[in-house]
Amino acid sequence: MDEKMTTQEKIIRYAILIAFAIFFLIPMYVLLSTSLKSFSEVSINTMWQLPDSLSFEGFREAFTKLAPNVLNSFYLVIPATLLSAIMGSMNGYVLSHWKFKGSDTLFALILFGMFIPYQSVLFPLVQFMQTIGLYGSIPGLILVHVVYGLPITTLMFRNYYQDVPEALTEAAKVDGANIFSIYRHIFFPISIPSFVVVFIWQFTNIWNEFLFAVSLTDTQSQPITVALTNLAGSQVVEWNVQMSGAIITALPTLLVYIIFGRYFIKGMLAGSVKG
Amino acid sequence: MKRKHKESLTSLAILSPSIITLAVFVYGFISRSVQISLLDWDTFSSFMRKAKDYVGLENYAGLFREARFQTDLWNTLYFTLFFILGCLAIGILLSLILNNKPKGGYFFQNLYLFPMAISFVVTGTVWRWIFAPGRLPDNPRGINLLFEQLGLDVFQWGWFTSTGNFLGFNIALVAVIIAAVWQYSGYTMAMWLAGLRGIDQQLIEAARIDGASKWQIFTKILFPIQKPITLSAIIVLAHVSLKAFALIYAMTGSGPNNVTDIPAVYMFEATFRSNRYSTGSAIAIVLLMMVGLLIIPYLVNSFKEE
Repeated sequence: MDEKMTTQEKIIRYAILIAFAIFFLIPMYVLLSTSLKSFSEVSINTMWQLPDSLSFEGFREAFTKLAPNVLNSFYLVIPATLLSAIMGSMNGYVLSHWKFKGSDTLFALILFGMFIPYQSVLFPLVQFMQTIGLYGSIPGLILVHVVYGLPITTLMFRNYYQDVPEALTEAAKVDGANIFSIYRHIFFPISIPSFVVVFIWQFTNIWNEFLFAVSLTDTQSQPITVALTNLAGSQVVEWNVQMSGAIITALPTLLVYIIFGRYFIKGMLAGSVKG
Repeated sequence: MKRKHKESLTSLAILSPSIITLAVFVYGFISRSVQISLLDWDTFSSFMRKAKDYVGLENYAGLFREARFQTDLWNTLYFTLFFILGCLAIGILLSLILNNKPKGGYFFQNLYLFPMAISFVVTGTVWRWIFAPGRLPDNPRGINLLFEQLGLDVFQWGWFTSTGNFLGFNIALVAVIIAAVWQYSGYTMAMWLAGLRGIDQQLIEAARIDGASKWQIFTKILFPIQKPITLSAIIVLAHVSLKAFALIYAMTGSGPNNVTDIPAVYMFEATFRSNRYSTGSAIAIVLLMMVGLLIIPYLVNSFKEE
């Protein structure tokens, strides 16, 4: 198709592509150039200028302030991602290859959980977590993310397993394999790509999540997203520190995107109903 | 038969942790929110007493009479509308260009998508600084300062602090909409691109030979074929916009005269800042109904197709 285009058309097309590239990069420019300025150089008047000399003061201070929260986020995200993926995989396996009377209805009822605005469960959730003594703790937040992550992980795995021929399960059954051994020897090994997609999807979502994090944690257990809003919300914190903090918050998921881009997009298209 | 029965039991056993937790965390808590929204728990003491005095739909009625909530509904409407239109227009335009596989297209595609990997909180933090207006006209900040340096002073205005209103549309939302479109237009692009790659090229070629213009090919062929994908994208984006809590919270808060307030922010403040638990729950249930109105017809439709 390309060769049929006139030069003029090509120029217009690239002009559009580049214009949008600039739009997408403006925040990145502001983030990077501000975060690398020294305290003395950070002033509103020079906001759009590159730093005269590179300074890591902002990063150093942001990191000192945010390091415990970065750790909190990792303590939260890793177990929550693993658990919700493994449970979702088992659920998806049962709901696609071991159907029983009412299992489709059950699937629809499970799925409903991913469409709700979380405000509609928020206050009872906070009370419940206080009652069971998990309010303000990382394990509490892990539990919440695993539970509300189940609908999407179940859906992603069910869609994946549905393409596996029924005959495969039937043949294994005849050979005397049971529900667990069929999962372990057939379904689990073939679903590694699916696991990668789900891991990335859950990692990104839970890392970036804010509503549960701000409602269910205290100063000790705040994940990075909450700590960033507190940092940015205080008037005394310099802009270079705030922008450094924003970069620190964004970096893990950005790295995941850069390294696993293909899987990230797959998950986005598959899991997009969650938004 | 017996074996079948045993199989069902094992299946249920595997599902049971998910079923039980979701029954409590989704259905139980929604019911509880509904219940609280029907009670009179708008003070801390009534909440502590756990008074069971039902007031019917009074909390909802009060909410819809309130100026702040009315503003929130207008804001949601306009934010959702322009957010979706922005994402569709930009996403579709970019996908059409990239579908021709221009040199470097892969690079651009990845560039447009990276904001999807970032938290709304980060997006809000950065764009808040970009759109902070400063004191006009003497002391501009952010993008207003850039306009001044470029000699484009006419474009300076109050951005998200502006209280201007046009047919119920708080123009302060423009700043928030730009930030949200920045984050999500890559998503529409990816959806459209995935769809376009599946379209038979011979179809396009045949139309071209018949003398169809590019615009005709787009409106008469591509758009109709891509309608289901576009619909899904609209549903997802509408869903995102109803939940834009983190973006607003990090970027602007409610703003002067609630110009950038949305129900989710009001719900959070009512519940956790001012002990108005029943009002907060009522807002939450209104949000749930709004999502339901949007999602249920869509789900019924897609299940029928399946």
